[in-house]
Amino acid sequence: MNTVKPNYTRALDIKHGRVDMSHGSGGRAMAQLITELFSSAFDNEYLAQGNDGATLPHADGHLVMATDSHVVSPLFFAGGDIGCLSVHGTINDVAVMGAKPLYLSASFILEEGYPLADLKRIVDSMAQAARDAGVPIVTGDTKVVEQGKGDGVFITTTGVGVVRDGIHLSGDLAQPGDKILLSGSIGDHGMAILSQREGLTFSAPIVSDTAALHGLISVMLDSGAKLRVLRDPTRGGLATTLNEIAKQSGVGMMLHESAIAVNQPVEAACEFLGLDPLYVANEGKLIAICAPEDAARLLEVMRAHPLGGAASIIGEVQEDAHGFVQMTTKLGGRRVVDWLAGEQLPRIC
Amino acid sequence: MKYVDEFRDGELARNISANIAREADSKRNYRLMEFCGGHTHAISRYGIADLLPSNVRMIHGPGCPVCVLPIGRVDQAIRLAREHGVILCTYADTVRVPASDNLSLMRAKANGADVRMIYSTQDALKAARDNPGREVVFLAIGFETTTPPTAVAIKQAAAEGLKNFSILCDHVLTPAAMHAILAVEGGVEIDGFVGPAHVSTVIGSKPYEPFADDYGKPVVIAGFEPLDVMQAILMLVRQINDGRAAVENEFTRAVTREGNLKAQELVAEVFELRDMFEWRGLGSVPNSALKLRSRYAAFDAELKFKVDYVAVPDNKACECAAILRGQKRPQECKIFGTVCTPENPVGSCMVSSEGACAAHYSYGRFREAA
Repeated sequence: MNTVKPNYTRALDIKHGRVDMSHGSGGRAMAQLITELFSSAFDNEYLAQGNDGATLPHADGHLVMATDSHVVSPLFFAGGDIGCLSVHGTINDVAVMGAKPLYLSASFILEEGYPLADLKRIVDSMAQAARDAGVPIVTGDTKVVEQGKGDGVFITTTGVGVVRDGIHLSGDLAQPGDKILLSGSIGDHGMAILSQREGLTFSAPIVSDTAALHGLISVMLDSGAKLRVLRDPTRGGLATTLNEIAKQSGVGMMLHESAIAVNQPVEAACEFLGLDPLYVANEGKLIAICAPEDAARLLEVMRAHPLGGAASIIGEVQEDAHGFVQMTTKLGGRRVVDWLAGEQLPRIC
Repeated sequence: MKYVDEFRDGELARNISANIAREADSKRNYRLMEFCGGHTHAISRYGIADLLPSNVRMIHGPGCPVCVLPIGRVDQAIRLAREHGVILCTYADTVRVPASDNLSLMRAKANGADVRMIYSTQDALKAARDNPGREVVFLAIGFETTTPPTAVAIKQAAAEGLKNFSILCDHVLTPAAMHAILAVEGGVEIDGFVGPAHVSTVIGSKPYEPFADDYGKPVVIAGFEPLDVMQAILMLVRQINDGRAAVENEFTRAVTREGNLKAQELVAEVFELRDMFEWRGLGSVPNSALKLRSRYAAFDAELKFKVDYVAVPDNKACECAAILRGQKRPQECKIFGTVCTPENPVGSCMVSSEGACAAHYSYGRFREAA
């Protein structure tokens, strides 16, 4: 008698298996990877449609769309991993436009040989982050590259959101006199990554701040404060993001060093490596520029939210034909806070 | 941050600032050179110029390792990486120093050379152990601060019998450079020196005594924190007012007269003086740099790969040389901030954040705009 079960497929060996070229070939192995690893984790009605794209319901308002590729190394770090980071990063890019993030897509480039167990951890982390944020991953793609042609896992996520009428935020709207607010301490993500990179022989109790900011942004929008610009200071840090805004708006800025929070281990690690926390990446912080009369109210709303507890007013927008971002130092002097030049490299002595 | 915040305190800074303003004689100028790039960086980053009266002027010195490295030295490293296929390891900013043919180590890397930025000589040794089939060369640059770790690496390599490790030795000496600056003909008027911080922890304060005794220039050794620098400036103003020239030590928490004897012995065991070394800005200076002793010649990449040093003139428009001698200020260079920027440095002073041009561009250029 034939004991073979019809339609039986041996389950993916997540514990010991590795990504191989067949997982990107479009055949049965790929279908299995998608079903057993991705779909089961991301599970939602749009993904369940099982088509090449997701059909989404009608949405009221202007659509906002943003995309972000994630190539972080190491893939797992204190406070998060590439999975949750790729969800938070894109949600934040949509949310700082003043939009309510609605849907995400996720595209994976996997390196041949990458352990499935680690991939599952990443996917589960993404799924959890998306569920916590209430923003489902509705469509996706998977490609596999040969060993040595990737760095384990690259993830690109794209987000769609909707802006309700009456909200218009843009980097070119900062006006002289406006106040500049920051939602918390700077440099946590970048230093968490750097302190875990191979080749650095010190360990520091630094945890990435990776977080989805749309909840905080939603209460800020609801406060009625006249917000002009929101932006998350990721790569290049606070300094670079403020320079971008100053350039877009054709204004200068004056910051106050004593108002900018830097956690002590971050400050110490930066000191050690000769880095300036102003240029170190954040993944769960935002900059808000608002009309001066509303700054106090906005600050209060931010501080009442768990992700804005350490918010502060860090400076003012001012007229400046040169578009300089400047800072009064704790010491009582003044300096330019310039664009990041190249990569921030440690100094020698 | 404990032990650091104390040296960045705004209120204390205002006190020292008030003392400097009160004690500086308004009828004269005080031209003080901070030798070290670390001081240049601190002065710019904390806006110390704003806390000094206009007649106390800081002149940036040549104490920035990558700034004084002439083009020909970087070319040597690039040749090693490209033509000899070595794994070229070096510290940080060195990878951005402009070299011949519009190259830098960073650009050579983009073109396929194996250039690795490391934090410690131990990383270079590890690369050699991990890649027994390949040659690893450490581009060893820096003043007396970075020399002892190189000496340690050489001794370790010798003890382990590492055959695929060598160094391109560009270690240079601070006192020799200070002599060279004072010897420049028609040179810059300097009333006193803010002496090096980290370098002095190794060599001590004694090597500066000739500058006070023979040249009559006050020297105050200072730490790299902003209050260290300000206190040193006040001490220099006092010496100058009194007509004194002595070596004083503001950085007593780390510097003694004799310095770190163990480190000095280690360096003396592994290195000896080079007869001549070309500096950017200062030209060829006798006895101003180190090379490996013959006992360690097997670790000398210049000998091992026969890459000779070929002098290359600086870009004609670049004023790095005069700036490194203290004769010109960055903003007096025609290409400062236009052709030459931190993104596209023409001269080495625009590379490191310790370089006079990069520090002024990144932190202080609002002063010209005002």
